[in-house]
Amino acid sequence: MKQYLLSVHTPADAPMPSEEELGAMYASVDAFNAELQAAGGWVFAGGLYPPSSATVVHARDGEVVTTDGPFAETKEQLGGVWIIEASDLDAALTWAGKASASCGAPVEVRPFQELPA
Amino acid sequence: MVPKTDDGAVELIFRRESGRAVATLTRLFGDIDIAEEAVQEAFVTATSRWREMGIPMNPGGWIVTTAKNKALDRIRRESTRGDRHVAALLLHDNTDQAPEDRGSVEDDRLRLIFTCCHPALAPETQIALTLRLLAGLQTTEIARAFLVPEATMAQRLVRAKHKIRDAGIPYRVPQASELPSRIPPVLAVVYLIFNEGYAASHGDDLVRSELCEEAVRLARLLAALMPDELEVTGLLALLLLIDARRPARTTRDGSLVVLAAQDRSRWDTSLIAEGLELVRDCLRRNRPGPYQIQAAINAVHCDARSAESTDWIQILQLYDQLLALAPTPVVALNRSVAVAEVDGPGAALQLVSALRLDGYHPYHATRADLLRRLGRSDEARVEYLAALANTSNESERGFLEERLRVL
Repeated sequence: MKQYLLSVHTPADAPMPSEEELGAMYASVDAFNAELQAAGGWVFAGGLYPPSSATVVHARDGEVVTTDGPFAETKEQLGGVWIIEASDLDAALTWAGKASASCGAPVEVRPFQELPA
Repeated sequence: MVPKTDDGAVELIFRRESGRAVATLTRLFGDIDIAEEAVQEAFVTATSRWREMGIPMNPGGWIVTTAKNKALDRIRRESTRGDRHVAALLLHDNTDQAPEDRGSVEDDRLRLIFTCCHPALAPETQIALTLRLLAGLQTTEIARAFLVPEATMAQRLVRAKHKIRDAGIPYRVPQASELPSRIPPVLAVVYLIFNEGYAASHGDDLVRSELCEEAVRLARLLAALMPDELEVTGLLALLLLIDARRPARTTRDGSLVVLAAQDRSRWDTSLIAEGLELVRDCLRRNRPGPYQIQAAINAVHCDARSAESTDWIQILQLYDQLLALAPTPVVALNRSVAVAEVDGPGAALQLVSALRLDGYHPYHATRADLLRRLGRSDEARVEYLAALANTSNESERGFLEERLRVL
């Protein structure tokens, strides 16, 4: 089994969705999570507060510098992640397709490095 | 054993056998890098060994066995490698060296082409990997064919192989339910390889005809491995019927001859017969798709004894069917050529003018031809110049310049 990071990328300047839209999104993400857990593919998942809530900490030359984040001002920002277990990329892509449908945003799939034996 | 050999014969065998060997070794060792390197080493050994002792009866089997031993040696040397390689070592160290049975070997190549053409890889990477791993082309040849520096192509191939390994792109034939989405990129890669050879925008002549031959060979392999997938049969028929006209498509000095002006006695009749039979087979089974319809269109062309006796009404009907399945501007442009023959150039020009294909040289060349036939020479000239500005292929340019000259 391999582990994959499924990250949700949302436009940084997207308007806040309405209560109704949010409710529908949470419901479909919940349903997806339940399916993922039942299939044994779940490791971890969570949604993030907006990028404006981020802080960057950088330890350099024995000094820790703290700045208001996010790390990079990009057009798309990380909105949330899943960590899943899957047999191969095809299986991971199938989960990612369902994840994207449930949250309504593009999902990037990246393999974790295996722990050294 | 056949008598003494030369390196040319070994190279020929490499072309024919390396894809098979890489595919089998990939199954045995679960690692494309190990497989590829072992097969390369086996051919280096073959070059010197066969020069002395002649080519063995079953050179493919010899290569697989030798490559297997090379790979095992390497894994023993590098004992720090991961568990799966040790497992592979244990599993295969004691196996007898009997040649693999044909069926599983052919499946290996099918697995490998689905890996090479995985949608998680960029299309240009899919093409390069397929040519490298299945067709056995050298990196320098692929680089030359696609006009990129060799180092760039080498890096693209290395990255792709690492992605396959790190992301866990599987080495297997997709399940039946996945095939509808997984077959099209495979067919697209084979068709692109063929087109790059046939209507190359650049590259030297020798490599180009080689690309056509590789594409036909891959299409034959796919058709043999997936006989129930009619679009695969359709692609093979399409390539055969286009390839059959290749000898008549250029003059001795390399300039382009359009279909209507070709000497049809130079067409390859055996390729045409084979292609027509496949098209008939598709028609009987009646599950049409874009490749099958394009093959049928080419079958009508190949069936005509002269350009004048071409059944344009049937071709137009086929284009109507194709446009319904694949409503793209390029299909609409090609259909307009048939419209010009059936309803006249005026009707065709009206259709073409509605298309948004600025900068696509066949669009300008088609407009130019229709305007010329309507006697609108000044406008035709503008379009010929636009077509010239958008192609760097020497024979195309020669053809367009000649048209411009006699306008």
